Amino acid sequence: MLKYILNRLFHSFIVMFVISFVVFFIMFKAGDPVQLLLPPDATQQDVIEMRHALGLDKSFLQQYKAFLENVAKGNLGNSFVYGQPALDVVMERLPATLELSVLAMLFSILFGIPLGVISSIHPKAWYSRAIMFFSLAGISVPVFWTGMVLVLIFSVLLGWLPSSGRGEVYLFTSAFTWDGIKHLIMPVLTLSFFQLALILRLTRTGMMEVLMQDYIKLARAKGVPRKVIVYYHALKNSLIPLITVIGIQFGQLVAFTIVTETIFAWPGTGKLIIDSIQNLDRPIVVAYLLIISFIFVLINFVVDVLYTFVDPRVRV
Amino acid sequence: MKFLNNELVSEFFEDKLAVAGLVIFVILSLLALFPSYVTYQNPYDLTQLYLENSFRPPGSDFFLGTDEQGRDIYSAMIYGLRISLYVGLASTILSVIIGYTLGLISGYYGGWVDTIIMRIADIQLSFPAILIALIIMALWGEGVGKIIIAITIVNWVYYARTARGVVLSEKEKDYAQSAKALGMGNLSIIFKEIMPNTTAPIIVIATVRIANAIILEATLSFLGLGVPITEPSLGSLISNGYQVLFSGYWWASVFPGMLLMVLIISINLIGDRMRDIMNPRLKR
Repeated sequence: MLKYILNRLFHSFIVMFVISFVVFFIMFKAGDPVQLLLPPDATQQDVIEMRHALGLDKSFLQQYKAFLENVAKGNLGNSFVYGQPALDVVMERLPATLELSVLAMLFSILFGIPLGVISSIHPKAWYSRAIMFFSLAGISVPVFWTGMVLVLIFSVLLGWLPSSGRGEVYLFTSAFTWDGIKHLIMPVLTLSFFQLALILRLTRTGMMEVLMQDYIKLARAKGVPRKVIVYYHALKNSLIPLITVIGIQFGQLVAFTIVTETIFAWPGTGKLIIDSIQNLDRPIVVAYLLIISFIFVLINFVVDVLYTFVDPRVRV
Repeated sequence: MKFLNNELVSEFFEDKLAVAGLVIFVILSLLALFPSYVTYQNPYDLTQLYLENSFRPPGSDFFLGTDEQGRDIYSAMIYGLRISLYVGLASTILSVIIGYTLGLISGYYGGWVDTIIMRIADIQLSFPAILIALIIMALWGEGVGKIIIAITIVNWVYYARTARGVVLSEKEKDYAQSAKALGMGNLSIIFKEIMPNTTAPIIVIATVRIANAIILEATLSFLGLGVPITEPSLGSLISNGYQVLFSGYWWASVFPGMLLMVLIISINLIGDRMRDIMNPRLKR
């Protein structure tokens, strides 16, 4: 098990190294941020000085080497735009993003799995069809469109919910204040609609496959109550593949906060990365992507470990 | 092709929703193919736009209203549909060609070829697709051709992995082994013997991924990193309309959004049905 963990860590380290190199290279090629940073009336001398100050006058390999040396010291460089350490800038906004992602994932699981189970038992019933149509809309509607429709209905037409910002924040999250919750509702719904539908559909397909298997027929023949069969025997086995999907999808959720945060002006990392890409603020982009891929790696690792617990077949 | 035998086709038509999806998709494709016959304005031709027509509500002379430049929303939607469909189909065809070929080669030859291709795929999959596309578009700037390439770079992985998985089991089968014993070249075995037996899963995935590609394009355009507003796709129309949503001009974004939704739902209905038919575990 230890060997497996070390192997995984090494592999993840390589992946993050490759990502840092590729992103660094792309941002290097994307152009010079100095023109965007200086006022339009800056002289040529100012440009040269600023380039020198930011270390942008060196060759690509020298710049990357300097970056790696800094990383070894736990420093991802200073943001070109904010002047502060890039890691700090990203970490400062990370709670807002994680708050959205975690709540959206919980919401999707809480509603997706039960709805999936219900629609799998009597697939031809009207409510199963209604649930399936709802989930079809969920996987078919782009995230930004869901957000827009919610804004149109609840902010523009009804005026019930605020359409931007985070509201009152208490202890890293806005989920503890009434004002915060009002700000949270639409972004969380927007972010979770697709995930909810996906989890619902996977649960349903998994359940339908499992319910056709022989051991379920045996349990039925033995006279095991129907509820026990569905919610214990069948659900337990259809949850196994779901764990992987939920793991992968959490990463997607974090990525899609870019869209949600843009719509709702949510002060998280998603809005930061869009701005930073447009400002060619390389340290922020690299720091953000490294943190996101670290979260990704971490989740995949947790999923693999969880797997060995729930599925005895893959135990090493 | 094994995939298109009559039994499967008739099974497809048993599901009314899937047939509805197919009919809608065909109608939308026809509209997109011949936009000038079904619209009364070419939204790209600036001489046909009049500023005094800006923000006309739906119903008047323009039945779905106009945007700030006096562009007829309905006409713009049809042309936008054309670009969205074009990006979706072109990027899917490109990624199938690249991913399928690499997957076949990777699975058949194994060894270091396999290791390299699958490592690249792993690294890419350990990263949300939208982020990869976002960074590529940030580097290159807007453009229809560029977004097709960006989506292809993101999507080839899915076909490569699926094809590789199928090849791994197919290449051990008798027909492939006997082709080899008969002295057939490796490339002919891959493309003439094995490939015809691996098309079904690829076609199913491709159908679903067309919808994904269209959503990805729309999302990037919404974020301002997709196609330019001079050549609007449905996504950039929605993005454009969103900026005036709070001023009450809802039609500029709601109608393009509804069309996008209908388009994707129709593709997903077709894809769902095909997946169900192909899934042997759902057969009694």
